[in-house]
Amino acid sequence: MAGLRKFVLLSLVSLLAAPLALLLPVSSLCMELTGSVDLEGRFFLQSPQFPDQRSQSASFALNAELYHEFVSGSSLILSPFARLDSADKERSHADLRELNYLHVRDDWELRLGLGKVFWGACEFVHLVDIINQTDLVESLDGEEKLGQPMLHFSFVRGWGVLDLFLLPYFRERTFQGEKGRLRFPLIVDTDHPLYESGSEELHQDVSLRYSHSLGAVDFGLSYFRGTSREPFLIAGLNYKDEPILTPYYEQISQTSLDLQGVYGSWLIKAEAFYRRGYGRPFAAATFGFEYTLVGVFETDLDLGIIGEYVFDDREKVRQGLFNNDLMGGLRLAFNDAASSEILIGIVQDVEQSSRLLTLEAGRRFSDFLRLNLEGTCFMDGAKESVDNSLRDDDFLKLELIYYF
Amino acid sequence: MRTLSILFLLLSFALPAGALAQSPEEQGLAIAQEADARDNGFADFTADMEMVLRNRHGQESRRKIRIRTLEVEGDGDKSLTIFDSPRDVKGTALLTFTHKVGDDDQWLYLPALKRVKRIASRNKSGSFMGSEFAYEDIASQEVEKYTYKYLGDAIYDGHDCTMVESYPVDAANSGYTRMVSWRDKDEYRLWKVEYYDRKSSHLKTLTMAGYQRYLDRFWRPHRMHMVNHQNGKSTELHWDSFQYRTGLTDTDFNKNSLKRVK
Repeated sequence: MAGLRKFVLLSLVSLLAAPLALLLPVSSLCMELTGSVDLEGRFFLQSPQFPDQRSQSASFALNAELYHEFVSGSSLILSPFARLDSADKERSHADLRELNYLHVRDDWELRLGLGKVFWGACEFVHLVDIINQTDLVESLDGEEKLGQPMLHFSFVRGWGVLDLFLLPYFRERTFQGEKGRLRFPLIVDTDHPLYESGSEELHQDVSLRYSHSLGAVDFGLSYFRGTSREPFLIAGLNYKDEPILTPYYEQISQTSLDLQGVYGSWLIKAEAFYRRGYGRPFAAATFGFEYTLVGVFETDLDLGIIGEYVFDDREKVRQGLFNNDLMGGLRLAFNDAASSEILIGIVQDVEQSSRLLTLEAGRRFSDFLRLNLEGTCFMDGAKESVDNSLRDDDFLKLELIYYF
Repeated sequence: MRTLSILFLLLSFALPAGALAQSPEEQGLAIAQEADARDNGFADFTADMEMVLRNRHGQESRRKIRIRTLEVEGDGDKSLTIFDSPRDVKGTALLTFTHKVGDDDQWLYLPALKRVKRIASRNKSGSFMGSEFAYEDIASQEVEKYTYKYLGDAIYDGHDCTMVESYPVDAANSGYTRMVSWRDKDEYRLWKVEYYDRKSSHLKTLTMAGYQRYLDRFWRPHRMHMVNHQNGKSTELHWDSFQYRTGLTDTDFNKNSLKRVK
């Protein structure tokens, strides 16, 4: 029930954009519907650690985008998303990734409604990307995001770009359900989240960003004040006296920097933030490089080499997978008609022996069809490590995507 | 003074090009400069392009692209390349600031993540979208990026052409040691280019066809055909819907406009 009420509220907030758009001259229009249908199978290689977890799951997802552009360059966009999962009822979910009106002028633009924004430079961890909440049930890499209600004003000048965000409604992080794999030993009770702010999800968050390109370097300096996107998980009991984890969203202020630069064939990347909240202020940083070898082994293949490091200042709170880790990746692009690609990655904890191996491969089968294979292997989880709960969750994921 | 310059003018009319004791290098550079000068002043253009990739068995795959280019006074062009098909890359866009000297600036927009990624552009020999065109073949051809040598004259498809050899200045990051270009003497249109790889063997041949004139001045080929002699693959480019002086400005070529691309 609570979920439904939120969804209605969310839709109302974003629909504020629609009447505004109707006020505009509608002469010659261009309307476009695109999207994809995605069939996915996940196969877990070990027996589950927790009762009720499944060894296989199948799911079906829909991504659609309806786009409408006015002569002035202003536009309306609607992008719904939905997934049906055979195993995890928390993973069966729907979201409006985008529903907004974008007003464009020569040196400024205004976006009103549900939108999506990306900040950052690095490949393995996205530390500074704070505007949108992570849709964690979709993927562990944190790259899938929930639509964020926003008023986003962007001011473009010779000296850089200034972005101002007013974020009137908070979105909770999604977590795996009881039958889902890739979860904590206890279930996260997403129906009863706790907030530091009395306004709960209606706390008005604000953010300011200055970004610029200076020669070979792009950088962004950002400030955010509001509800943390990353909850603490507090162990407790629910009303049935079952042990659960309750997400607690504190109020934070975060200052961050992200940077990417080109030096010859080298790409240099860095992200860092300093966060003040309820506990001790802390910082986290990630930095690294990407180097691409063109035409390796006397072939048409390109080989990209990625090296990154991440450090999180918090000593005891080790919620994330990434606290003091070295990461490496090899990306092989075949440059064939099917755009075949393989990416292998390794995340190695510097202090503990825990290690994560990933594989992503994909190729196109026609103009409309693509097949992706993904594998993740959690190795040698140290006993005290939080991610130890994932030690038996090695999986292969096969994904067939049809684009329309 | 005046008589002298008239005499000089008469002389230059009377004598065929090259007789004024220019070295082959100077002649080659002069031809490249003249071709470049004839292309100056277009301000901006937009066009659609379809790429047809063929492998050695004749199997085809196609890509659709839109291109917007802005002429920049005193430097290389700015361009925005938007991918429409195959559908899995739809909405991906590439923003390029070409420079006469030094590396180009390039940003790639990935629509699924709404992410703008800086790209290292130093190595230009990589394949463009799996085609037989390398980045350096489709990039804005700035005079300063090559040195030249005039080889002689030849007839190509009924056109009286000059043959000029060019050598990449940044040789370490090019896939070629040299290229030979056929340009007609009337309009300086490029008709054929032969590419020689790092071992100096003949790698590819590009031919142009279907030239049309825009704004009574700018000649554009509507078909370009690149054949790779070493792997048997080829790529055809079909250009369409050229529009000149559409009113594009600098603000259409920044990271904000890149993120808005559809």
